[in-house]
Amino acid sequence: MQEVKSILMVGVGGQGTILASNVLAEGLLKNGYDVKMSEVHGMSQRGGSVNTQIRFGEKVYSPVIEVGAADVIVAFEKMEAVRWLNYLKKDGVVIVNTVEIPPLSVLISKEEYPKNLIEEISKSVKTIAVDADKIAESLGNIKAQNIVLLGVLVKYLGLQGIDWEEVIKNNVPQKFVELNTNAFRKGLEVI
Amino acid sequence: MKKIMMGDEAVARGAYEYGITFAAAYPGTPSTEIIENIAKYKEIYSEWAPNEKVAVEAAIGASIAGARSLAAMKHVGLNVAADPLFTFAYTGVNGGCVIVTADDPGMHSSQNEQDNRYYAKFAKIPMLEPSDSQECKDFVGYALDISEKYDTPVLLRLTTRVSHGKGVVELGERQNVEMKPYKKDIPKYVMVPANAQKRHVVVEERLKALRQLSEEISINRIEWNDREIGIITSGISYLYVKEVFGDEVSILKLGMTYPLPSELIKKFAEGVKKLYVVEELEPYIEEHVKSLGIKVIGKEILPIVGELNPGIIRKAIKGEELEHISVDTKVPGRPPMLCAGCPHRGVFYVLKKKRVPVLGDIGCYTLGAAPPLEAIDTCVCMGASVSGSHGFQKANEHKGRKQKTFSVIGDSTFFHSGITGLINIVYNKGNAVPIILDNRITAMTGHQHNPGTGKTLMGEEAPEIDIAKLSEAIGVKRVRVVDPFNLKEVENAVDEAVNTDDTMVIIAKGPCALIPPKPQGECRIDQDKCKKCGLCLRLGCPAISKKDGIFSIDPDQCTGCTVCMQVCPFDAIEKVR
Ligand SMILES: Cc1ncc(C[n+]2csc(CCOP(=O)(O)OP(=O)(O)O)c2C)c(N)n1
Ligand code: SF4
Ligand code: SF4
Repeated sequence: MQEVKSILMVGVGGQGTILASNVLAEGLLKNGYDVKMSEVHGMSQRGGSVNTQIRFGEKVYSPVIEVGAADVIVAFEKMEAVRWLNYLKKDGVVIVNTVEIPPLSVLISKEEYPKNLIEEISKSVKTIAVDADKIAESLGNIKAQNIVLLGVLVKYLGLQGIDWEEVIKNNVPQKFVELNTNAFRKGLEVI
Repeated sequence: MKKIMMGDEAVARGAYEYGITFAAAYPGTPSTEIIENIAKYKEIYSEWAPNEKVAVEAAIGASIAGARSLAAMKHVGLNVAADPLFTFAYTGVNGGCVIVTADDPGMHSSQNEQDNRYYAKFAKIPMLEPSDSQECKDFVGYALDISEKYDTPVLLRLTTRVSHGKGVVELGERQNVEMKPYKKDIPKYVMVPANAQKRHVVVEERLKALRQLSEEISINRIEWNDREIGIITSGISYLYVKEVFGDEVSILKLGMTYPLPSELIKKFAEGVKKLYVVEELEPYIEEHVKSLGIKVIGKEILPIVGELNPGIIRKAIKGEELEHISVDTKVPGRPPMLCAGCPHRGVFYVLKKKRVPVLGDIGCYTLGAAPPLEAIDTCVCMGASVSGSHGFQKANEHKGRKQKTFSVIGDSTFFHSGITGLINIVYNKGNAVPIILDNRITAMTGHQHNPGTGKTLMGEEAPEIDIAKLSEAIGVKRVRVVDPFNLKEVENAVDEAVNTDDTMVIIAKGPCALIPPKPQGECRIDQDKCKKCGLCLRLGCPAISKKDGIFSIDPDQCTGCTVCMQVCPFDAIEKVR
């Protein structure tokens, strides 16, 4: 088995980072990995910045990823990718959803949403930009963007061998299984 | 079977497997999920208490009756429950009793970052500190064994990263633990001075035995490796130390952190060249090690403020830092905010307009302190709004400053500790005005039921405590129930309060936008009528935005609460759905 990998999922409260990380962790566990995760609850439903950390390998100690230790950052929103970028390893990769969610200060025109973020990020690190929101919308529900991103991540990590569709089935309500399975498949096709 | 579990969930699993019969809690991040998960096991009777003191006292009662019991709370909750806690140490238990405190280093969702390990020492109650989810489950078992064997309550201390961290847990079966017989025992359970004086002697004898236990118990263990460096650590810090050093250094891992094992510490210190203590927050272990006359490095290189993480430890002890990416782009912050359609928003808008002092409290409505509303003057602890507003008003009055003082308090917080403040206002003939923001739920901590919602933790129907009738019964002269989505109604009530010397309570009763049935309306801005005055933006509703000079409402977020419609002076906002 390989060395410990660290995945940092960041986004905005309500985007489904926790579901995506739960699916990831369960799939990894079923395939014999030791897994640790860390998330912070509380303010998440009030539109704040959220993060979930997943670490897996033969034996994992810390549930927390330190600055400079993430192999992959999966950013569900562009600005959040930048906010957390210092957690990435020098040779790490950012999978970034191209979606823009303005914080209150931008909504009320006190601050501006920064421009050209993806170009900025890709200058310093390998970047995979994904229109996960649009892909999910084309499948009928923007909420499935989290599972699209999970699909991209799984492909990047080369973990397609795991029966993810089974895990998805266990983690989403019956009526959303098809949507999420399709979202996952679309995610696999992105790279 | 193996399962990935959150630390809180694993504590609940431990409660199930180790035969707990009774559990009570008041919500509080990061502890809330403990009892929410316990409630899934129908073998355990579980309930929300109105506050932590009541939860602990109920657990004490269940223990004395002979049941294994548990109470759970966040760190500051233990302050509220401290009174019963200290004397419970004297009476001891009948059925085993575990009191869980979930501390919040870094203050992810708290007003302070107190280190509750000192409570164990202060109250003379043994404390266990798990490092991961598996230990969370296992330590409930150890705690109950210790509790029953040594006739003492046991504190189980988690921290945010343990509570909300997830790891693999091996599941077991539930042990069928019989209730112990109850025998009336006045010298043991009635803590009048004559009995308590004798019980204190028992406590000291018990501590001697517990010190011995701490030397021998398997969860206090040495991992001998290279002897150049030795690290004493506990809780989440142990995992960080392992992350940084693996098997490079020797480690004394403490699972039982009160009482501390002095002999084991001495033996470890003698076995290594350079000794460190790695612990989050206060130098709790460090002080003990130093009191033994042992030279040790701790807080001079590690922070006393905030959380630790592997990076901090790596830098402090090894002097190394991981290479990382850095970008120059600055991005705006993203603080949490009141939801679109939140019933609290309109009340804050009115209060801000009236320029009155508003003593605040803890809940979603604390977000009313953030821009652009900035409608709250204080936030100290749960309940401090109502009682604080009374002192604020009285002091002003006494020195001839005339100004009406208001307070805002949520329904759950009012039941928790607002009622006594209201009694105080009536009793001492004050007239500060509490506004009870009754959104029909405990929203901040994730929407739990409370005594006003008509439902129990286990999902049963329950009587709804009527806040208006309660206020009247206390003797409040004017009780006004208003619709928080109707600004005129709110404003009239606030004006009435400003102009009367009678005691008055305003109850703003309107449901949180996130509880089902979720409101399904929509307001829209008529671009022809909009004069771009920007008044609607002052509500801080995330559905309203100004982009390139155009004001608009996001139909996906808007709930149609109409608060912005009432604020617009040009009738440019209309309800379309
Ligand atoms: C002593 C104590 N216990 C628990 C908490 C955690 N806590 C913060 S706010 C809150 C509940 C708020 O509910 P409510 O008063 O109904 O306001 P809402 O969030 O619904 O607006 C709780 C339980 C705390 N801060 N202090
Ligand atoms: S969760 Fe409910 S009470 Fe809290 S901010 Fe949102 S609408 Fe308001
Ligand atoms: S009606 Fe106005 S204030 Fe209410 S949710 Fe919609 S945009 Fe926000």
